[in-house]
Amino acid sequence: MIPASFEYHRARTIDEALELLAKYGEDAKILAGGQSLLPMMKLRLASPGHLVDISEVAQLKELREADGLIRIGAAATETALLHSALLRGKCPLIGEAAAQIGDPQIRNRGTLGGNLAHGDPGNDHPSVMIALGASVIARGPAGERRLPMDGFYRGLYDTQLEPLELLTEIQVPTPPARSGAAYLKLKRKIGDFATAASAVQLSLGEGDTCARIGIALTNVAPMPLRLSGAEALLAGKRITAELIEQAAQIATGACDAADDFHGPSEYRAQMAGEMTRRALAGALERARRD
Amino acid sequence: MGDKNVLRFTLNGRQVEVLAEPRELLVHVLREQLGQTGTHIGCETSHCGACTVDLNGESVKSCTVLGVQAEGAEIITVEGLAKDGKLHPVQEGFMQEHALQCGFCTPGIMVRAFRFLNENPDPSDEEIRLGVSGNLCRCTGYQNIVKAVRYAANKLKAARAQA
Repeated sequence: MIPASFEYHRARTIDEALELLAKYGEDAKILAGGQSLLPMMKLRLASPGHLVDISEVAQLKELREADGLIRIGAAATETALLHSALLRGKCPLIGEAAAQIGDPQIRNRGTLGGNLAHGDPGNDHPSVMIALGASVIARGPAGERRLPMDGFYRGLYDTQLEPLELLTEIQVPTPPARSGAAYLKLKRKIGDFATAASAVQLSLGEGDTCARIGIALTNVAPMPLRLSGAEALLAGKRITAELIEQAAQIATGACDAADDFHGPSEYRAQMAGEMTRRALAGALERARRD
Repeated sequence: MGDKNVLRFTLNGRQVEVLAEPRELLVHVLREQLGQTGTHIGCETSHCGACTVDLNGESVKSCTVLGVQAEGAEIITVEGLAKDGKLHPVQEGFMQEHALQCGFCTPGIMVRAFRFLNENPDPSDEEIRLGVSGNLCRCTGYQNIVKAVRYAANKLKAARAQA
């Protein structure tokens, strides 16, 4: 199993990557970690004429915090996310999700930007980023655009990114004090995509009421699902077991999962509810201790 | 399009130079161009880990990395584990603890275990299991693989204490 022929270009800087994209147009694909693209090319589901490798662009691997925003370079690997003291301290949800992706070897290559830009509904970071209220920065011939993750996906493998644009950075608002989060992923074994998974990020305010909440589901629809209805139900209230139960039912009702080797659609919808129930309870407990 | 390029990297401490097309996977370059057939091709879909090699100090699945991406890199394969005719403690552990049956997955797991013990020199059994979770073995049931990695961890620890 080898890919169809292509030309390989190793970019050293963001500008170099953009020049290569501009030169080869829609015949070019960005190669970040390659853990999704190379398997697709081996199966000949993708046959780009040119690969622009950004895996060694140092600027795209930076991870820092400035002005209330955690800024992560698109080519930061899952392993880098896992080992980041900044994320562990200020935004543990990202590392919690990264730890549940692939296996050690895959995480050494796979990148956050690739996971988001690929548009596979099985990928875990999209729902996490939606729950966090994150945005991505896309740079192209017309300059830079900031795209909220909520609304970034247009369909299966389809995003707001234009062919000549490069996803350069992920921007996550730093969660305030008294925040808690959880990513609950049901999978059959290590390395699998989720049967269903739920990401919750919440912050508590006066009297332990819910000051902010983001909830999103992975792999139970053609795109990650933001649960706006459940968010509205919980916002401003003291979160009780009864409210968590209602939110879990909203999660189950929102699913549009396929019957496939992960299980029948009804089972996956029920599991999305259960994952949401557990993620909410876990995030709430963590926020109370934060 | 698809022309062969000269590719240079360090393989098990030795500088090598090969001609490779961009579409050749690293595992093909290692096996077919350099004759280093210890690295196995199992599933070819990045699930099984039989093709695991060490690339710039990290474990990767060489069926899901392009050969051209190894330009300038340092690569260690199973052939590079033994030194001066002496088995690496990981290899010794696999022998002593009977951690292989058919042996097909063994080179990949040993190369992964070698790197894992660098990253985590004193792991729990649970951490060993997670550490080699990207490598499938269809014979052993993993029990003796965990014991072998534990054996190597103890042996490396003793060697460090002596040094």
